[in-house]
Amino acid sequence: MSKMQNPGAAAVEQKGWLAAHKWLILRRLSQILFIAAFLVGPLTGFWLVKGTLASSMTLDVLPLTDPFIFLQSLVTGHVMETNAIIGAVIVAAAYFLLGGRVFCSWVCPVNIISDTASWLRRKLGWKKTGVRLDRSTALWTMGAVFVTSALTGTIAWEFVNPVTMLHRAIVFGAFASVGLVSGALFLIELVGGDRIWCSRLCPVGAFYGLLGKVSVLKVSASKRKACNDCMDCYAVCPESHVISPALKGEKDNRGPIILSGDCTNCGRCLDVCSEDVFEFSLRTRNKLDDVRPNEGSAEDGTQRAA
Amino acid sequence: MAEKTPNKKNKVSRRDFLGDAAKGVCGAGLFGLALGSVVAEAEGKLPADAIRPPGATAEADFLSACVRCGLCVRDCPYDTLSLADMGSSVVSGTPLFVARTIPCEMCDDIPCVVACPTGALDKSLTNIDDAKMGIAVLVGHETCLNFQGLRCDVCYRVCPLIEEAITLERSANERTGKHAIFIPTVHSDKCTGCGKCEHACVLEKTAIRVLPERIALGELGAHYRWGWVEKGNKGESLIEGQGIIDLPDRGYNPEPSGFPEKSATGGYKGFKP
Repeated sequence: MSKMQNPGAAAVEQKGWLAAHKWLILRRLSQILFIAAFLVGPLTGFWLVKGTLASSMTLDVLPLTDPFIFLQSLVTGHVMETNAIIGAVIVAAAYFLLGGRVFCSWVCPVNIISDTASWLRRKLGWKKTGVRLDRSTALWTMGAVFVTSALTGTIAWEFVNPVTMLHRAIVFGAFASVGLVSGALFLIELVGGDRIWCSRLCPVGAFYGLLGKVSVLKVSASKRKACNDCMDCYAVCPESHVISPALKGEKDNRGPIILSGDCTNCGRCLDVCSEDVFEFSLRTRNKLDDVRPNEGSAEDGTQRAA
Repeated sequence: MAEKTPNKKNKVSRRDFLGDAAKGVCGAGLFGLALGSVVAEAEGKLPADAIRPPGATAEADFLSACVRCGLCVRDCPYDTLSLADMGSSVVSGTPLFVARTIPCEMCDDIPCVVACPTGALDKSLTNIDDAKMGIAVLVGHETCLNFQGLRCDVCYRVCPLIEEAITLERSANERTGKHAIFIPTVHSDKCTGCGKCEHACVLEKTAIRVLPERIALGELGAHYRWGWVEKGNKGESLIEGQGIIDLPDRGYNPEPSGFPEKSATGGYKGFKP
């Protein structure tokens, strides 16, 4: 149990603290960047990015629009202006290339809250407490959002969406709202159940997860033969069910790529693996040939597949 | 835990499938109802003093388009616009202004409309004088200084469409018996709802307020006709010479010496109601 509470210790020992937290640090920097870029304007008067995550304009040339919000508006029968259409296409294309739920782990401000709550749950040994919902719940939520949008003629999710609410409150300086939204989400994630919001309920994540089913950049367990079954990747992974098909795919003749759209490409598995089993790769490199032979390790990969 | 159970996963029995589908549909339905009621409750309660930016489409259309990005707010040079905060009675995150605090300065290039990426602010608004953010109404007319016979006139003076959107209509001052009263009168076809008048009103609480059109304006029943308009359209009376019997009006006492003389306004001389 203590090992599950403190995953990644072996990786720190093996690779050093910085290398064992590389992707986590990069991810936090990225998340801060996506807030800071919007704050440059109001704080300095130089308008680098205007708007919010819902829709923004960078340096007066680059429009970006959340495709999920765009589609909700579309099902009400409203077609947005050209700028928003271009923006939605650019964002969708970016996530198609980088991985659908890259939004969740690299951009969404709620991720910091979710990660903190999940970390605390692990430390408190609460990993298994709280409500357990089926993985498909968020997809149903997403469907209900579209239906509600169509029936009410509004962009329905934006009435309650904590993601854009939080980002907007930060960017527009509504600090009471920042505290309220993040406090509520933290409690939901801490007490409600493991990643109950981000991976079980949030329809934004579900939408990007659909994009992730076809997206290009993927995590690959390319050195899975070197896996020593320490389980650290399962402990830190926000969507731990995505790992097995790739990591333990040997016996089913499956390739090393984590294909599930649920994977957020957060890269924590790359960090905590002392054997460097995982790497970022492309969806296309999913043949058995793409699994690298085990070099240098004393243990043999075939032993564990049994 | 790491080992998967392929047999169980890959083969879904009909019973499981139907069960899961039923659970999903019911759950999603409940969630949709909850979300729908939140939406329905929030969308109907735009308060009367929250004015949408120029070019804002009707509230129902507005909420199908506005993504609450705040680009209009960012491009407003006078900090007139702001985004509704959570807990306010306006749909959270949508743009508005409160005229008494900062009114719309009616920029010629309408930067807020230009900035809107979604069409929530209608790009077909190119002349700010055509804007319909609301209609100014002299709601507190009994407290209006002009109504007391004074010549405040501030709302009239600050109106960007002076003598068009607000005029001063003269009537007799019954109190003094010898002065005039100049009543600020808003003309809804010209008023843009910018709120300069509301902002400038010298009273502690403004007597003139910009209200949303739905609150500010009355509406005639579709079957009503203004007789004089119809007469003007036809060029002559619609009933004269059609053998219509005109019954005597109440209070009309005909002189014994035949019909009274018609006045220039169309009534009868000597008519006493």
